[in-house]
This record gives sequence, C-alpha cells and structure tokens, in this order.
Amino acid sequence: MPGLEDLYREIILDHYRSPRNRGELPVPPAHKAEGFNPLCGDEVVLYLEIDPGTGTVTDIKIAGQGCSISQASTSMMSAAVKGKTADEVRRLIRAFKALMSIHESKLEGEDGDGSDLAADLEGVRLGDLEALQGVVKFPVRIKCATLAWNTLKQALDEAAAAQA
Amino acid sequence: MGALDVATIKRDFPILAREIKGKRLVYLDSASSSQKPQAVLDAMDECYRNYYANIHRGVYTIAEQATAAYEEARRKVARFVNARETAEVVFVRNATEAVNLVAYTWARANLRSGDAIVLSHMEHHANVVPWQMLAAERGVELRWIPLTAGYRLDTSGLDRLLDGAKLLAISAMSNVLGTINDVAALTSAAHAGGAHVLVDACQYVPHVATDVRAWDADFVAFSAHKMLGPSGIGALWARRDLLEEMPCFLGGGEMIRDVRLDGFTPNDVPWKFEAGTMPIVEAIGFGAAIDYLTAIGMDAVRDHERELTRYTLDALADRFGADLHVYGPHDVDGRGGAVSFLFEGIHAHDISQVLDEDAVCVRAGHHCAKPLMRQLGVPATSRASFYVYNDAADVDALVEALAKAQKFFEI
Repeated sequence: MPGLEDLYREIILDHYRSPRNRGELPVPPAHKAEGFNPLCGDEVVLYLEIDPGTGTVTDIKIAGQGCSISQASTSMMSAAVKGKTADEVRRLIRAFKALMSIHESKLEGEDGDGSDLAADLEGVRLGDLEALQGVVKFPVRIKCATLAWNTLKQALDEAAAAQA
Repeated sequence: MGALDVATIKRDFPILAREIKGKRLVYLDSASSSQKPQAVLDAMDECYRNYYANIHRGVYTIAEQATAAYEEARRKVARFVNARETAEVVFVRNATEAVNLVAYTWARANLRSGDAIVLSHMEHHANVVPWQMLAAERGVELRWIPLTAGYRLDTSGLDRLLDGAKLLAISAMSNVLGTINDVAALTSAAHAGGAHVLVDACQYVPHVATDVRAWDADFVAFSAHKMLGPSGIGALWARRDLLEEMPCFLGGGEMIRDVRLDGFTPNDVPWKFEAGTMPIVEAIGFGAAIDYLTAIGMDAVRDHERELTRYTLDALADRFGADLHVYGPHDVDGRGGAVSFLFEGIHAHDISQVLDEDAVCVRAGHHCAKPLMRQLGVPATSRASFYVYNDAADVDALVEALAKAQKFFEI
C-alpha cells in the first residue's frame, strides 16, 4: 500500500507553500489559457509569452487555485518551461504525461506511432518534476497533476493558431 | 447519544466490518451514497435466487411473485412519504432522472418563452442543469433565491421572485450546507402565486420523516442509494392529476396500453412512465431498505443525527477553533448531518487523502453544487456526513485524522 510520503514529497510541499511564477501577463502579447478539473473544482489560469522570432517561452505566469498536487505541478511546470522553445515544451509535456503513465498517442493515434515515444522523449530531462512520479500510485490524483500540463498544451495550441 | 443502538446497527452492515490499511472503516460519506444493510442484500439475493422473472408480463408463478414484490416495493415507498395512493410513485433511476422526467414532460408541456422558474443558490446540479437545458431550448427565465450569511435561503424577496413564475424547484436539504428548508412555507408561497413546486428531497427523505401531503408539493424526487437501498433506483412522487395530464417520457414496452401502426395509447399511471424492463431487483431492495428504516423509526433516525451533528460541530470547534471553518448553519434543529468544512490553507482533496490513511472516508470537492461553491467563494470543501450506522467514535476518528492532516501540512 503506497504511503503519504510517496505522494507528498518535500519538494512538492515546498512548491505548494511557495508557488513560483504566480501572477498575470498582459494579453496580448501573452496567450491565456484556463483549465478546470471538474472532479475537485481546481482551476489553472496560465499566461504564456512566446517570442515570435525564436519560438522561445520568454515568460509564464500562473493564477488559479487547487490542491497541493495541482498547485505544485503547476509551479514546477512554470519553472521548467521558461527559456525552452515551443517544440521542447511539447516534448516535455509528452514526457510528463508518460511519467504519469498516460500514453495518449498510443490510444488516439496522436503524434504518430506510439512506439516512437521512447525515441521522441530521449534526452528530455524532467529534473524536479520526477518528484511527482508518486502520484501514479494514487490514480484519482493523476488528473490533479496533469491539469497544468493540459492547460499548457492548450496555450501552445492557441499561440500556434494565432501565429498561423 | 441514546436515540439509536448504533453498535447493533453497525453489525447489520457487512462493509463496516472491513479494515482498510489495518484500520476500521469509518464511513462518513452517506450524503454521497449510503452503505447497505444485510437485509437489503438478502432481499435482492432472494429475488435473484428464487423468483426472478420479468414483471407485468409472464403468467407463470415466479413472474407473478416478481411483479407482486416490485409493486409491494412501490407501496412501501408511497407509505414512507405519506402519498395519497400508490399510483403517485413512479420508479426512476435516481432523483436526477426524476427531475429530468418532470423537465421533459410537465415543464415542456407547460412552459414557454418568457415563463420563469425559481431555483436557489444551494441547488445540486441535478436541480439546476435540467432547467438550464430547458431555459436554453425554450427561452425560459431562471430566477435564483439567494442565501443569507447564515447559510439559509434569503426569502426576503421571494414574492417578487415568484411573481408570474410557473415553477419553484427547491432542495429540502442542502447536500453541502446541511440546511433544511421550510418546504411547506415555500410551497404555500409558490402556490399562492400560481407556481407548481418540485422538491429535490434526495438528502431529506433518507434522514427525516417525510410527508408529501403536509408539504403540499407537486413533485418530489429522491434516490434509494442514499437511504440504504441499491443504486439504480429512485422515485418521483407526483400528484396523480399531474401524472395523468403529463405527456409520456421514454417510449417503449410497458408504458403502453396499445400500439398500432398509426400510433399508441399510453398505459395508466404510474406505468406510463416506466418504459422497458425496470430495475426490478433494485426496486425490491429499495423496499427492503424502507422496511429497515421504518423498523428503526425515522424520528429516532432524525434525533440520532441531530445529536451526532451537534457533537461534531462542538468537537471541530473545540479542537481546531478558527483554523477550521464550517460552511452551514450551527443550529442543529434547522440542519441535517452533512457537515462541510475547510481548513485554512489546506485543500479539501489533500485532507481527504490524509484521512484515507486512517480509513476515514469523507467527500472532497464541489459536491455537484458549483454555483453554491462560487457563492461561498471556495473551489472545494471537505464534507463529513452521517447516517444510522455512525456514532461518536466515528466523529472522534475524524477529528484525530484531521489533526494529523493539519500537522502533516504544517499550517
């Protein structure tokens, strides 16, 4: 039986108590996306600023409220994506979902053949985010951990659509 | 706490003998769904083993026995809420389906663009969304009774809200706040203005002796699974004259008297609303649950839960003071045993997770009442809720587990 220490690692509680990158950005130039977890009422509001020239995430701010897992995951995500290109961020999203044992590409045929996932994610460093791996042992909490990442993907899609 | 012999009652519920992670199961989520006594399990098992057959069809012995048991269950439900006659009880899947049945039949036959429905800020989604769907389809106006700072309906503007309204759809007891509403007074006000009244009694019927005639309601919805019965069955009580004039809901077998190539004639009430093979065994289990509650006595159930709720509110205040906020009235005479609360700085989901370590089951979330949560200004609350099998030891286990959670998150 998994214990609480598997779920609530110290770094997670640290991000929950002192969330990084809280705030808002002016829209535009930033892109805003909102995510809801209908199960628990958590919400994430995300402001993403991407340099149209380099495609790099120049700034990110987070608002909203939720449980320690959703808030810590959001905070850690915001720290991880700054300075990365949109493509790198997309790979990080896929790597995080793989960490959560979610392999959407295999089920939905998204992003091509799922067997390429390992190759696709080679070299992606999750760093601190690996502390969230314990969430997998608590299946109902996986949605808490992935809320921010689904919202991030939404923001990237909207940014790409705005550029096209 | 002498109203009930809880130690004996606990032994009637097989699941309560279970241990989780080496701890005694402390089930405090009956407002979401209740546990089932052996008598209910036995009644259902007995049907499947000895006399299961489809109802209202076969002329053989076991079909007649199944039909008689199903209709006897309807009589039990009718008596339990003091209906005038058995035909006023329509079996449905749950209270949600009961509300939808009224929305799709009576309301669509009687409401048109410009008409108004009055709801309240404390309604469960089951008594909100069916009316929003109707409003979007028909251009019906929805009006809302607000809450007071004491978590009760603010009826100061009720007459204005009811002016010209066709329907008041209102909860008898809030699943979040525990607030008991004065249904008889609300019904009287609504009828004076010509509005019909639907009562969402899903949280009320399981816990308080219910008299639909004293309420003078038009429609009352409730579910078996919250009152010791199985999931998949519930009841719509409605005045017979309304059921007679309401159009059919689902079409199919059993709800017809005759079918020709050019049309059909509906069956009598209540069967005209019971299309297809119904949850027969679940209805029989529903009847057995009512027998169990009747044997305890609903006044004793109410007294027990009132005392347990008072004990809980006192214990939470004593132990946690201002760190824990209860969302709901403190006067236990005007409330039921659903106690919603929040710790300053700890999300309800995290509380639930830590409580699960001690096998204490509470609900965390918005409790299918997001408009209410917005009014309260919180994304989620924790909710402990009681029933006949809960006692002070369960509340003590809750308080100890909450103290652990508070320590864990170091607030």
